[in-house]
Amino acid sequence: MNRFDYHRPTSVAEAVGAGSADGAAYLGAGTNLLDLMKGGVTQPVRLVDLTRLPGLDGIETLANGDVRIGALVRNSTLAFDPGFAARFPAVAEALLSGASPQLRNAATVGGNLLQRTRCAYFYDTASACNRRVPGSGCDARDGENRLHAVLGWSEQCIATHPSDFCVPLVALDAIVEVEGVDGRRDVPLAALHRLPGDTPHVETALMPGELIVAIRLPAAAGAFAAHQRYIKVRERTSYAFAVVSAAAALDIADGRIRAGRLALGGVAARPWRAAAAEALLTGEAPTRATFERAAEAALADARASGDNGYKIALARRIAVRALIRAAAGTPDRLPPLPASPFAAAAGEIDHG
Amino acid sequence: MTFSIGLTINRQHHAITLDDPRVTLLDLVRERLHLTGTKKGCDRGQCGACTMLVDGRRINACLALALSHDGAEVLTIEGVADGDTLHPVQQAFIAHDGFQCGFCTPGQIMSAIGLIAEGQAGDDPERVREGMSGNLCRCGAYKGITEAVCTAQRAMAAGELA
Repeated sequence: MNRFDYHRPTSVAEAVGAGSADGAAYLGAGTNLLDLMKGGVTQPVRLVDLTRLPGLDGIETLANGDVRIGALVRNSTLAFDPGFAARFPAVAEALLSGASPQLRNAATVGGNLLQRTRCAYFYDTASACNRRVPGSGCDARDGENRLHAVLGWSEQCIATHPSDFCVPLVALDAIVEVEGVDGRRDVPLAALHRLPGDTPHVETALMPGELIVAIRLPAAAGAFAAHQRYIKVRERTSYAFAVVSAAAALDIADGRIRAGRLALGGVAARPWRAAAAEALLTGEAPTRATFERAAEAALADARASGDNGYKIALARRIAVRALIRAAAGTPDRLPPLPASPFAAAAGEIDHG
Repeated sequence: MTFSIGLTINRQHHAITLDDPRVTLLDLVRERLHLTGTKKGCDRGQCGACTMLVDGRRINACLALALSHDGAEVLTIEGVADGDTLHPVQQAFIAHDGFQCGFCTPGQIMSAIGLIAEGQAGDDPERVREGMSGNLCRCGAYKGITEAVCTAQRAMAAGELA
């Protein structure tokens, strides 16, 4: 790990000032940042410790019904907040399917949004990676790429965004509040992460020094509370990043879907909102046939970036299962293995 | 540049001066305070051997910058027994053979104490296994570990009622 200057600001304005300097990085819990620094993947010359900033650790319902989550709220604190989990159960399920209990106790929700890809070539400083070193190439293209992107990738980068939390958040129209030297602004989560294109090193829409201070879920997202689930396929039972994941949320009345939401994880450099699929859900009966049409539309533009063509079929099936589980209703209590595809309910699996 | 912080470790206050901002809580307790019960396994947040309680919550000490935890209350494996009386989780690990080589055991025990305090798993083995998924045991003592955590949870719940 390189040496760095350590700053511990006491106000957001002071933090943004210190964080706007070249080579500065914000420190939340550090569960991703310190790992990257130990590997020499990132070498900030200044760490701006956010953990003492006041007013960023609350979960509150605003006057207009929106729920506002401070950027320093810990993942487990949010997932175990009974009021929050009741209104946004797929968000709680996604949080509890991510990392380990120790990491969830430390990791902040703001940091979760800004965690870096887990592409092994990004982590290996001996490998070519356009995301880490612009213009150096992409060793993933001809490397071990079973787990890489099938949507929105480019010749320059096929990495995926690893967050579980972001997948239901983007499905529910979450807004990210950011503060920079020029003041505060709202960024829709759907627009926070950039697709790689020709500039994979530009990972987000944040300006230099801009700091995430909160995440808001709009009051309207509450309409989906009774029918929302998250499913995550992993290469082991627990404590692994998603191969493919899906968040589904339905507003069902009188046997019809009034509105549906669907987002995919593990398939692209951003949490992938499937708008075309959602349009096919509106007004339909919540049946497998409806969900299969929607899943087909969600993956219509997908293409393999290497040895990962299987992820396209897998993502379709997981989308269908997430929708079936959402239609069956939010469970009173999360299962022992949150978001697990194991212990499938009757009717969930149809590979015919 | 030096940095001065205060930490309460196992109920004892320590005033600490660091000449390097890179020191993790793990390296601080092991290398500077010589509390070597907490183990360094992967040093990258993957194995759980360094688990300790910070302000009552279990975390990976290898990914926690000491400077960032100025003022925190830390509990390590050295601080869980009451004199010669082992903590109920320690007793249960012995009773159920919850270890073989013992390297992961301090982290397992601290994680189990944290899990029981979180109150989310009860003595349901499936929830306990998931709740202990951040602690790897290369000897594969998971069966005994799960039994030990369930037993300790019941013993501690009964103790609270008594």
